[in-house]
Amino acid sequence: MDLALKPEHKAFADEVRAFARENLSPATREKTFSGKHYDKADHVVWQQALGKKGWLTYTWPKKFGGPGWDVTQRFLFENVLAEEGAPRIIPFGVKMVGPVIYTFGTDEQKERFLPGIRSSEVAWCQGYSEPGAGSDLASLRTRAVRDGDHYIVNGQKTWTSFAHWGDWIFCLVRTNPDVKPQEGISFLLIDMKTPGVTVRPIIMLDGAHHVNDVFLDNVKVPVANRIGAENEGWTCAKFLLANERLGIAEVPASKRGVRSLRELNDDPALAEKIADVDLQVQALEMSELRALSAMAMGGQPGPEVSTLKVRGSEIQQRIAELAMEAVGEYAAPYQPGMLFHDTNETPVGPDHAPPAAPRYFNMRKTSIYGGSTEVQKNIVSKAILGL
Amino acid sequence: MDLSLSDEQKQLQEGVERFVREKYTFENRKKIAASERGWLPENWAQFAELGWLAIPFSEEDGGIGFGPIGTMIVMEQFGKGLVLEPFLPTVVLGGGMIAAAGTAAQKEALLAPMIEGKKQFALAWLERQSRYNLADVSLKATKEGNGWSLSGQKGVVYNAASADDIIVLARTAGSAREEKGLTLFVVDGKAKGITRRDYPTQDAQRASEITFDKVSVGADAVLGTVDGGFPVVEDAVDRAIVALCAEATGCMDAINAATLDYIKTRKQFGVAIGKFQVLQHRMVDCFTNAQEARSMTLMASLKIEDKDAIVRHKAASGAKVQIGKSGKFCGQSAVQMHGGMGVTDELSVSHYFKRLTMIDLMFGNQQHHLTRYSNLAIAA
Repeated sequence: MDLALKPEHKAFADEVRAFARENLSPATREKTFSGKHYDKADHVVWQQALGKKGWLTYTWPKKFGGPGWDVTQRFLFENVLAEEGAPRIIPFGVKMVGPVIYTFGTDEQKERFLPGIRSSEVAWCQGYSEPGAGSDLASLRTRAVRDGDHYIVNGQKTWTSFAHWGDWIFCLVRTNPDVKPQEGISFLLIDMKTPGVTVRPIIMLDGAHHVNDVFLDNVKVPVANRIGAENEGWTCAKFLLANERLGIAEVPASKRGVRSLRELNDDPALAEKIADVDLQVQALEMSELRALSAMAMGGQPGPEVSTLKVRGSEIQQRIAELAMEAVGEYAAPYQPGMLFHDTNETPVGPDHAPPAAPRYFNMRKTSIYGGSTEVQKNIVSKAILGL
Repeated sequence: MDLSLSDEQKQLQEGVERFVREKYTFENRKKIAASERGWLPENWAQFAELGWLAIPFSEEDGGIGFGPIGTMIVMEQFGKGLVLEPFLPTVVLGGGMIAAAGTAAQKEALLAPMIEGKKQFALAWLERQSRYNLADVSLKATKEGNGWSLSGQKGVVYNAASADDIIVLARTAGSAREEKGLTLFVVDGKAKGITRRDYPTQDAQRASEITFDKVSVGADAVLGTVDGGFPVVEDAVDRAIVALCAEATGCMDAINAATLDYIKTRKQFGVAIGKFQVLQHRMVDCFTNAQEARSMTLMASLKIEDKDAIVRHKAASGAKVQIGKSGKFCGQSAVQMHGGMGVTDELSVSHYFKRLTMIDLMFGNQQHHLTRYSNLAIAA
């Protein structure tokens, strides 16, 4: 066991850093450090650059177009990119549906869908939650009825991040209503341009538009777009959720958050609180590395990733809270122009003030999405502790 | 000892409650927030007519003598509806300082019309560097003939755009953070040399950055004594803190009620989610937090006019610590228990959460007041 990096890993980190400096637009980088929201182009340009280099799908096995990196390389890649201010890779294609397709899809499906994910030419979004199916995902009611070579899909998905940017959506749909909820679900890929697909924005408490309702009204989907067998979609769903929970802890971004807290803060009362969250990040990072290292020996992420998700969200929330505390009364001015648009507007208070409160508000979502903290704890309680 | 409301106080409570119920539905509030001033003149006129603007003041000052308990009753109900009319800057801060330190002439010129609903105020105390330190003032007032000339900057001045007069905390002597050498001035909001940058806040209030460039005022603009403004503003801010605590108590009641209703009706796994013990206990903690907040607010309201300054300061800081803690717990819990709906703009929950968050940051957060309380307790 050894924490020190080998020379070849140091060289690798340098290579990643050089790539980021060359390919990350200064405007995008600036948005990261100033807490502004990215627009679609920020993500697409950056992801396509990574795609060209063959690094976008850095977690994929070599045979499906991954670079074949070890755990240390992945760790360095994520950390260096976060340090350089890269936007996080939008996970829906690369980390969610991609692995589902190469694990459960047919060769034809792999050929058809994986290249667009690897190059980031096709944007994906996730059709899981429904108004009546949040924590209780398996109770979903979006119905897909077989009609020859097609399914006719009717229902509503919600909390769909970036549906307004999406070309395709992967959906859990009910294909058999007469069995146990988990046994009648199928996994469908739906082209967002299909007639009957409507996207309606949901505005969040900080004024941001990231998530949407997606209405499916008699949407005709080829049976060839189903991944896995009919009524066996829950297997794909669970596989995907475990992957989602692993990446969702956002350790590199939290490390960046702790660094900028230290830079901004000159208040001794805050310094200890920052130290405390710094240590929490270290514990989380080490736990995540232990999980990754175990996975490298073979196998899928286990139920312990739920603890990483819980702690990861708490840490992100705490960092946002401390950033707001550091700003004090100047967190009050609301300047949406400075958060969402390219503008000449100047901040009312200190430079770092405008995103502080909105970010704190917005980060409350992290203990809700991807399986709420309550759901994650139920998983740990059942699957690990046997309670 | 008697902690129950008198008949008159109950009447007041019911009156404000009715106003909030009728005029501050969630949809209505949205419209009011988006209106030109961010509050409605017709509501303000109604406050005047009902005597609410006279509540904290003594009868000799033209008030109705309900004192801090009266303010508490009003603010608590305002908190339930997230009322936007500038009661705090105008009545509690501005009116409060004029009543406490004003001359007979100032009371007649300022307080009387305020009570009639014809004047509004703002308090300009904060500066970019001052964080929560009330004495960290560098805006300078220098002698100019019989009067004074004010130059410098103030930030996050609530209600500045609507205020007829801005009460400015200025340095007339001493060094940067000294409590001595601060003087309060009543400055016409439209005086020459004033420039404002107005903006909405996270919680739909209105505030401004103000630059004072050689703003001339007469000798009669001084509120209280020259170099003796600090204790006046400190007490006024303490009273404002207690009023904010009452508002926060109302917010907590409302957000807890909304959450309780939600977990009783929202079904997952075939049952109302309120059937899950983890949510039950969290809801109980919300309830307990709101109770503690109410208790500390009442304690502070009863002590805030004590003769002993240390008692007053400790009461305000103690209540503010509790409100910071309870407000955060209730706000975060309400959002969490509402799930995704809790982080949307379309439910009232997120708006209460934002207001509770901003209340913690106003006039010093939980940490600041814990330190202040601790220092005061050691000194006593």
